[in-house]
Amino acid sequence: MSILCDKNTRVVVQGTGRAGAFHAKQCLDYGTQIVAGVAPGKGGQDFVGRPTYDTVAEAVKKQGADCSVIFVPAAGAADAIMEAADAGIRLIICITEGIPAMDMIKVKRYLAGKEARLIGPNGPGVITPGEAKIGIMPGYIHKPGNIGVVSRSGTLTYEAVDQLTRLGIGQSTCLGIGGDQVPGSVFVDILELFAKDPKTKGVVMIGEIGGSAEEDAARFVKENMKGKPVAAFIAGKTAPPGKRMGHAGAIIAGGKGTAKDKIEALEAAGIKVAPNPAEIGKTLASLL
Amino acid sequence: MKIHEYQAKAILRKYGVAVPKGKPAFSADEARKVAEELIRETGNQTLVVKAQIHAGGRGKGRYKEDPELGGVKVVKGAEEAAKMAARMLGKTLVTHQTGPEGKKVARILIEQGMEIDKEMYVGGVVDRVAQRITMMACAEGGVEIETIAAKTPEKILKESCDPLTGLAAFQARKLAFGLGLKGAANGNAVKFLQALARAFDGEDASLAEINPLVITKSGEVFALDAKFNLDDNAEHRHEEWHELRDTSEEEPTELEAKAADLSYVKLDGTIGCMVNGAGLAMSTMDIIKQFGGEPANFLDVGGAADKERVTKAFKIIMKDRNVKGIFVNIFGGIVQCDVVAQGVVDAVKEIGLTVPLVVRLEGTNVEAGRKILKDSGLNVTPALDMADGAKKIVELAR
Repeated sequence: MSILCDKNTRVVVQGTGRAGAFHAKQCLDYGTQIVAGVAPGKGGQDFVGRPTYDTVAEAVKKQGADCSVIFVPAAGAADAIMEAADAGIRLIICITEGIPAMDMIKVKRYLAGKEARLIGPNGPGVITPGEAKIGIMPGYIHKPGNIGVVSRSGTLTYEAVDQLTRLGIGQSTCLGIGGDQVPGSVFVDILELFAKDPKTKGVVMIGEIGGSAEEDAARFVKENMKGKPVAAFIAGKTAPPGKRMGHAGAIIAGGKGTAKDKIEALEAAGIKVAPNPAEIGKTLASLL
Repeated sequence: MKIHEYQAKAILRKYGVAVPKGKPAFSADEARKVAEELIRETGNQTLVVKAQIHAGGRGKGRYKEDPELGGVKVVKGAEEAAKMAARMLGKTLVTHQTGPEGKKVARILIEQGMEIDKEMYVGGVVDRVAQRITMMACAEGGVEIETIAAKTPEKILKESCDPLTGLAAFQARKLAFGLGLKGAANGNAVKFLQALARAFDGEDASLAEINPLVITKSGEVFALDAKFNLDDNAEHRHEEWHELRDTSEEEPTELEAKAADLSYVKLDGTIGCMVNGAGLAMSTMDIIKQFGGEPANFLDVGGAADKERVTKAFKIIMKDRNVKGIFVNIFGGIVQCDVVAQGVVDAVKEIGLTVPLVVRLEGTNVEAGRKILKDSGLNVTPALDMADGAKKIVELAR
C-alpha cells in the first residue's frame, strides 16, 4: 500500500443515510472493500449489498473492518469518531463538515495515546489510485503513480490531481486533511508518511490562509524531505483580511496566517509555489 | 456568531465571571429606570452609558449625527443617564471596525461606574497549534491586542486547557502572577480566569476577549468590556442562541445566504462566483484577479448542495447590481455536477439571465451535468478548465 490504505483495507461506513449510501456505492465501484455499514438501530438491514450493524465494534468483530469512513451528521460525528477508535479501527476518515470546535478538542484528547489515525473532519477522504477510494472524491480523475497529494481543501485536491493526471503524472496517495481549526491530522503528520514511503517520489501540498500549519510543514520539508521535490499552492491570496480567518488564529500565531507569509516560508524551504491554481500540476512537473 | 456586550456579560455572570452591575435599555425611559435601580443598589451616582453594536473601538468612535459624542460615556445620576441614552439611541456610530457607513445604535448598556486602578487584557481562543482552548493574558490592557501580538508577542502569556480539567488553578495562578498581581487581586484574577475558561467551554465560544480587565484599588477584578463570539457549528445544541442573534447587525444578503446554508461574502468586484469548496472558491477569486477581473463575492455552495440551494445561490449572486458576469466553477465530489447544472438552469428560467455566464464542470456526474446545460438551450459558455473559465468570464464581462 502507499501510505494509508490499499485494496486489502476493509472499510466500514458510519452513517448510512443518502450521502453515505451514494458515496459507499461509488467507492465499491472503484474497487474499495466496503464491508459494512453502521447505524444505531438499523442493524440487520441491507446497506449497498453489505450488512448493517448497530455498533462499529460489531462490524470489526464480524467483518474484520480496519478503516472507517464517517458520514454521520455534525451533531453526532465526534461521537462516531470516538466509537471507531474504541472499536480498534486503525484509520478513521471523517467527511462530515460543521463539527463544533469544542467537540474536536475533546476528540483529540480522547485519541491521544490510541493507535487510530484520524483524517479530517471536513475533508474529501483518502484515495490510493487504482487500489482504494475511501471518500467523496471523483475516482476517474486519478491515475496510479508516484506523487503524493495532501491538501486542506477538498475541491482544490481534485483540481491538482486532475492537472497531474492530464500531464501524465500518476499519484501514490491523495488526501484532504480538512479545513477545520482542529483537524485530526496536519500537514506534517502526512508529510512524515510520504517521506518514509518508497513509492512516493514527490509531493504536492495545498494550503490556505489562516493558522500556521503550512509554516510548520515548510520547516519539516526542509529538514526531512531531501530528494523528494515538493510543489505547493496557497489559496486565499486575494481574500479580504479578517473576513474568514478571523483574528483569533492570528493573535496566537503572532501575526502569522496570511498567504504572503506562507508563500515566503515555503519558498525559503526550497518548495516551489504555483503562481495560480491552474498551474499546480505544471509546477510539480517542472521539478521532476 | 457575534453577540452584544450586555449579552456576553449576562452569560459570563452565570459562570461566576465578575462583571460590573448593569442592564440593557432600548429607550430613554427604560434607561432612567435601569439607572435608578443601579443607584439604589450600589449607592453610587456614577454610571456608564455604552452603545451596543457588534464592533469594537466604541469609546473612540463618533456618531455621524453628533460628531462630539463617543460611544461610551460616564454620567452622574439617572436623569443624565436618560438624556445620554436619548442622545445615543437611533444614531449611527462610526468606529474603526464599522467602516465609514457606521452602525445604528438600537440598544445601550447602563453600568455602575468603577474605580479603576489598572487595566489589563485576558482572552481565550480555539488554538490551532495546541489544538485546545488557550487562555491568554497581558498586563497591557485597553489597547489593540493585535498590535502587541505583532510587536512584542512575549508580553502575551498563554496557558492551554486540557479538556479533562479545564484551566487548572495552577495555570490560572501562573497567568495571574505573570500579570504581576498580588494579594486579593491575584486570588480574584485566578477565580476570574477559571470561570472564563469554564464559560468558553460550556457555551461553545469561538473567541473571548476581556479588554480591558480592570483591577480596582481594593483588589477587585472586573470585566469592563466583554467580547464573546460563539461557534456557529454548535448552534444545534444551543436553542437559546436564537434570541441572542441580532440580525440587524448582519449584511442582509449574507444573512439570506446563511439561511440557505450557503457560505457567502460580498465583495466589491463585478464577477459573480459560484463555487463548491472554500479552497476552490478562494482560488477562483485569486485567478479571476490574475486575469484582470475583480470578484463580486465569495460563495461556497457547500458539500450537500441540492438543486434548491444552487438556485438560491444563483439568485443571491444576481441580486448584486455590480455583477457583470457569472463564473460557475464546480469540481464535483460530494456535490454532483448534474444537480448543479439543473439548479443553474432552473434559476435562469425563473429570473432570467442578463449577464454572461461561464460554467466549468468537472467531477462526479460531469457528463450528465454538461448534457443538462447543453440541452437547456441557455446561452452558457462552457469552460475547459479553471483558467480557461476565468479568462473567458473576464473578457465577456468587459
